[in-house]
Amino acid sequence: MIRELFSFNGGVKPAYNKAPSNRQPIAEAPLSTELVIPLHQSIGGIPRPLVKAGEQVRKGQLIGGPDGNVSSAVHATTSGTVRALEMRRMPHTSGLSALCVILDPDGRDEWIDHAPIPWRTLSAGEVRNALRDAGVVGLGGAVFPSYLKINPGKQGRLDTLVINGAECEPFITCDDMQMRERPDGIIKGAAILRDLTQARQVLIGIEDNKPEAVAAMSAAVERLKAGGIADRMEVVAVPTRYPAGGAKQLIRVLTGIEVPHGKRSTDYGAQCFNTGTAHAVYDALDLGRPMVSRIVTVAGNVERPRNYEVRFGTPMRDLVALCGPRPDTDRIIMGGPMMGYRMPDDEVPVVKATNCVLVGSPALFPPPGPEMPCIRCGECARACPVDLQPFEMYWFSRAKIFGKAQEYHLFDCIECGCCAYVCPSRIPLVDYYRFAKSEIWAREQEKEAADQARQRYEFRLAREEREKQEKAAKLAAKAAETKAKLAQQEAAAAAGTGGADVATADPKKDLIAAAMARAQQQKAQVAPVNVENLAPDQQAQVAEAEARLALAAVPVESKANAE
Amino acid sequence: MPNSSPFFRQPASVQIVMLKVLAALLPGIVAYVWVFGAGVLVQIAIASVTALAGEAAMLAIRRRPIGIFLSDGSALVTAWLVALTLPPIAPWWLAVLGVLIAIVVAKHLYGGLGQNPFNPAMVAFCSLIVAYPQLMSQWPAVGFTDFAAQLQAIFGERQLDAIVMATPLDALRTALHTPEARATVAGVLGTHATFGNIGGPGWQWIALGYLLGGLWLIQQRIITWHVPAAFLGTLAVLALTASLANPDKYAGPVFHVLTGGAMLGAFFIATDPVSGATTQRGKLIFAAGLALLTWVIRVFGAYPDGIAFATLLMNICVPLIDMHTQPPVFGHKKEQGGKGGQA
Repeated sequence: MIRELFSFNGGVKPAYNKAPSNRQPIAEAPLSTELVIPLHQSIGGIPRPLVKAGEQVRKGQLIGGPDGNVSSAVHATTSGTVRALEMRRMPHTSGLSALCVILDPDGRDEWIDHAPIPWRTLSAGEVRNALRDAGVVGLGGAVFPSYLKINPGKQGRLDTLVINGAECEPFITCDDMQMRERPDGIIKGAAILRDLTQARQVLIGIEDNKPEAVAAMSAAVERLKAGGIADRMEVVAVPTRYPAGGAKQLIRVLTGIEVPHGKRSTDYGAQCFNTGTAHAVYDALDLGRPMVSRIVTVAGNVERPRNYEVRFGTPMRDLVALCGPRPDTDRIIMGGPMMGYRMPDDEVPVVKATNCVLVGSPALFPPPGPEMPCIRCGECARACPVDLQPFEMYWFSRAKIFGKAQEYHLFDCIECGCCAYVCPSRIPLVDYYRFAKSEIWAREQEKEAADQARQRYEFRLAREEREKQEKAAKLAAKAAETKAKLAQQEAAAAAGTGGADVATADPKKDLIAAAMARAQQQKAQVAPVNVENLAPDQQAQVAEAEARLALAAVPVESKANAE
Repeated sequence: MPNSSPFFRQPASVQIVMLKVLAALLPGIVAYVWVFGAGVLVQIAIASVTALAGEAAMLAIRRRPIGIFLSDGSALVTAWLVALTLPPIAPWWLAVLGVLIAIVVAKHLYGGLGQNPFNPAMVAFCSLIVAYPQLMSQWPAVGFTDFAAQLQAIFGERQLDAIVMATPLDALRTALHTPEARATVAGVLGTHATFGNIGGPGWQWIALGYLLGGLWLIQQRIITWHVPAAFLGTLAVLALTASLANPDKYAGPVFHVLTGGAMLGAFFIATDPVSGATTQRGKLIFAAGLALLTWVIRVFGAYPDGIAFATLLMNICVPLIDMHTQPPVFGHKKEQGGKGGQA
């Protein structure tokens, strides 16, 4: 049966340049003399360091414990001694540093004791924790902790589990080679994911420019169907068009479902995992091995492009050296040419997100011609896989009218680079969107801070007002007390002089009269003299003070009534 | 050296786009020379030199890199379009003035390449036809290809009575839609021995030349089908409806599509990306509105052709059209984000 496929709009067909790196089998990268393992290798909370300098560790030992609801563990990737925990430069364009575990390998590469995890007997939560503690994150490049994606969705069971072997970025062949050489592990991992999400079907999408991978995976599915492992699974060759490997694009192509930006695809009945991630799930559960390495393509301006199984923490320089970089090499890019990041230097380590170390040169990636004004030709809109109007977003981003840029769905942009790739004016469009997004985020943070400050200020005002009232109430209560005492004394005095008729008169009236008399007296005592010559504002102050005194002297009953 | 992705790009440039537009004009120009003589080539030359000089001067005043912008080809496209809308025997200074209006006023005073809200060539045409209505409607008789006489008309004393005639559109308008008109469409247009008479004698060949170039532009993905199809389709439907109602008074669809600036407008003017609508639906609305205004001005207006005024009027509407025709974004097409269109 030929499966009905769907398509997304736009996309581009760049030169794929995949052939050079997929001729050789995957090799294991040799152990470097020093491994720099960043604690923060996935989306979410930064794992807590669990080792100290000088400590002996073995391969697979937990060195960073997951922290918070969204976080994933990090492990020692070989056996050896922790030399230090220190800040090292991260594989990111910014060149910022983060806390890393520096490991001196002992060369024995000894595993910790590990055993298969009996995941079938565990609850869903326990399996998720096991995957979290095994450090399994999405290997397609987004490094989102995988355990968070394993849930059957609102319907209670997933319709389609998509296994993403599209690998649409030029130069990158790590998924291709893994599918050719290790299809069984991928399918066993997919089977675990299928059972955990109770998916009705599993579709393994592979771009049709990888016929060997399609054949190997199809054969493995047939083979494993016998044992029931590959039930409800199908390998689907999809048309080659960048970015068909975007999770939402591939879900669209295979199922017709469009998952909007910011929504979880499970709620639409689909979920997507990279083939490498599926294999890592198999490693973690069926073999009990946490994630300590991945397959990395080394390609571009090198003599011997190839795929290597690389331990996390291996400096990129060591990896590149294996492949013979050409003399005119001027940069290292992590990822592909469409969405990759330029590295600050070649010492940064390979991490879980490193699917490709692309070696660049001015000849391979020539500088674009001078940037020209946008002529609104609409090529970018035709190329956009998310149906945006990139030139409008560019216009507003450039003019810093960020509200308008958001109205044109800036945050739906997946930064795939198709628009900049086709732009005849050679405008670095994606840079403008990144700029606009970061500005908007910064402004939102600023606004949040300002809101907080305002709330604090308003709270302070309210508190001061409350304190003033409390003080006034206290004063009033005190005044009433003394007044009552005075009245008693006066009454006693009156009784003593034999004025019984007076005493039998309304005691309230007496009280009021006494209070008024006392107020008069007080006023006479405290009323400032020689106020005529004061400045008007000083006079106003005096008047205010007097008014306060009068208020304080109001009898307690009327005060109580007023309240 | 780019610091951020994408690190490589498709080999496309504004220059390539503009050069392809110029190349696409060639078949029309060849037909033009055949029908009206080589005078138009002189106009194109005058316009090109003026455009490059004006562009360079404005770039210098605006302190923009002259070499890069002068070689982008956009000034030449504007120049050629201005030259092709002038009568081929117009005096030389008319072309100079028109191109300067287009380049200096309509383009650079609005901010240069990519910033002009109005089509520069059409701003020039409208200015000239308002300022010099007579000069702008003096066309050589079809088949009058005496180059020496045309040069004389362009550069020397103008003694034109013998060689000048109105364009078919102009003739139709004055003959049919003035109060004392008694003529019929067939009577006015007549026929012509050499050039036939489908879009007015000779005109249909020029139009077909533009059509050929325009189709090549679509094939080259420089323009999309939306604007030409909507423009020509709407124009044809309007003309058909009117001519069915009264064939003596209203010319038919074939005439309207093949005469005057219809083909040039459909493929080269209304498709100007800078001043036109950008969304697919917007392009259809823009071009349909353009056709409606063009037909109304052609039939009932005071000017020989309506495309230029119609273009400027529709240029004004572009921001509105674009705003209201934004396509739905991926995932937002249907309320529940369900299955959309099929492959």
